[in-house]
Amino acid sequence: MKIIRRFAAKIVGQAIRLFASFITALRADWQGIEPVPRQRVYFANHTSNGDMPMIWSVLPPALRRTVRPVAAADYWLKNPIRAFVGPEVFNCVLVDRRPEVKDKPMDKIIAALDEGSSLIIFPEGNRNMTDEPLLPFKAGLYNMGLARPDVDLVPTWIANLNHIMPKGEVIPLPLICTVTFGAPIHVEEGESKDAFLSRAADALSSLRPQEREAN
Amino acid sequence: MDNTTSDILMLSIGGMGILLALTLLGEFLQMRRGPADPSPVLETYMTRVKSWWGMTILIALALLSGRLGVVILFLFASFAALREFLTLTAKARADHYSLALAFFAVLPLQYFFIWCGWDGLYTVFIPVYAFLLLPIVSALRGNANRYLIRVAETQWGLMITVFCISHVPALLNIEIAGYDDRAVLLIAFLVIVVQLGDLLEYFFGRRIGKTQIAPGLSPKTWEGMACGVVCAMGIGGLLAWITPFGLVGAMAMAAVASVVGMLGTLVFAAIKRDRGVKDWSHLIPGQGGFVDQLDSVFFAAPIFYHLTRFFWRV
Repeated sequence: MKIIRRFAAKIVGQAIRLFASFITALRADWQGIEPVPRQRVYFANHTSNGDMPMIWSVLPPALRRTVRPVAAADYWLKNPIRAFVGPEVFNCVLVDRRPEVKDKPMDKIIAALDEGSSLIIFPEGNRNMTDEPLLPFKAGLYNMGLARPDVDLVPTWIANLNHIMPKGEVIPLPLICTVTFGAPIHVEEGESKDAFLSRAADALSSLRPQEREAN
Repeated sequence: MDNTTSDILMLSIGGMGILLALTLLGEFLQMRRGPADPSPVLETYMTRVKSWWGMTILIALALLSGRLGVVILFLFASFAALREFLTLTAKARADHYSLALAFFAVLPLQYFFIWCGWDGLYTVFIPVYAFLLLPIVSALRGNANRYLIRVAETQWGLMITVFCISHVPALLNIEIAGYDDRAVLLIAFLVIVVQLGDLLEYFFGRRIGKTQIAPGLSPKTWEGMACGVVCAMGIGGLLAWITPFGLVGAMAMAAVASVVGMLGTLVFAAIKRDRGVKDWSHLIPGQGGFVDQLDSVFFAAPIFYHLTRFFWRV
């Protein structure tokens, strides 16, 4: 039974990857960093539920096998299909966002890092519905960088997903999506939380492709 | 094997012969330079030749498979081109349904009508029905911000990347006396003449070009264009035997298609300049995107279709 589930998870994963590539001509752009198997935390902008599958799909197979997206348990455990896709296809680290829960998200994240996994996180915490390119980052990224300073923190910009699959829409639009990976950053000696988070946000938004002036 | 099939095979073999010569030339130049001295120009040339191999083989297979194969090939080319185009146009959340309709209803329906041969419908479907329907769908979501720009750019994209290219497979629907099932050869004629004309225009423009046609927009020159058109006429003349046009007719049609195609490339250079991009995408290695590859065909196809229909239809 376990083998069948694992096999099914592989098939579903490939199907998701092929569908994403067919719809969006998905492409990775590695700027100042190489797609090599090092332990990394990919931190990305978040506008759509399609964001995580896009990064997961665009990574080369060797990197994809060791990467675990950090995702909300309330979303991925809502029904049996999601409970299969989230934990088994994407191998998510499921964290509970409710403050009253004992089991702290950061403990699970550090445990996953100590097992050698790379992670995908969305430091804005929620999907960005505003016209601003990024919302203020939560402290999680800083805490990870502080606790495990050897891990590369890689800014990852996902373009166009706010048009391809906006919140609340069911049909994805076939528009081109490019995922840009930038040079890794680390928490510097004695750097404050706010200084680091604003440096991380700058590193991420500098990867954003120039958009035409809206007028 | 009938005549049409053997003619397509002969054209494909001829095309592949040229590509083989170009590949060998590249390999030879690379060997002479040695691995220690790579040249970016040569690298680009080799990736382009590889992409041409892919395109030639795909088009040859589609033409050999007949009507359905041709319609499906151009349907996917339209899909890729529309995707590149609409990635760069103005849009808002309110356009989600109208854009989804453009991709998943208008585009397949246009090719379905072409496959059915309903020329009364496919020549007006996008300029009339889609033109009126999609702005209504966008308006229903009630966002007036940049509304006219949004709907106008979407319609322009549909006209160019769906309506215009669909006139290439539509050539199969023109009834020409004594030409019957040979209409697939017209597609080969149009594609060969326009693409080779473009290539030679580029080649001569770099060699002897002086006077720019539209400075600040594109490096195209009058000299390059004149040479390109003359070459296209020559190629059209050489290929007259696959057309119903006769020698002079074939040369004239080749000249018109190639002039319109080159001017179309200029229009697309203006759009790219406006949007601040160099290429439409990275889907075709060495060439950019589908729109970069097809920009001359967009403009040539409807003109070629209507001239053929006007002068040679039964």
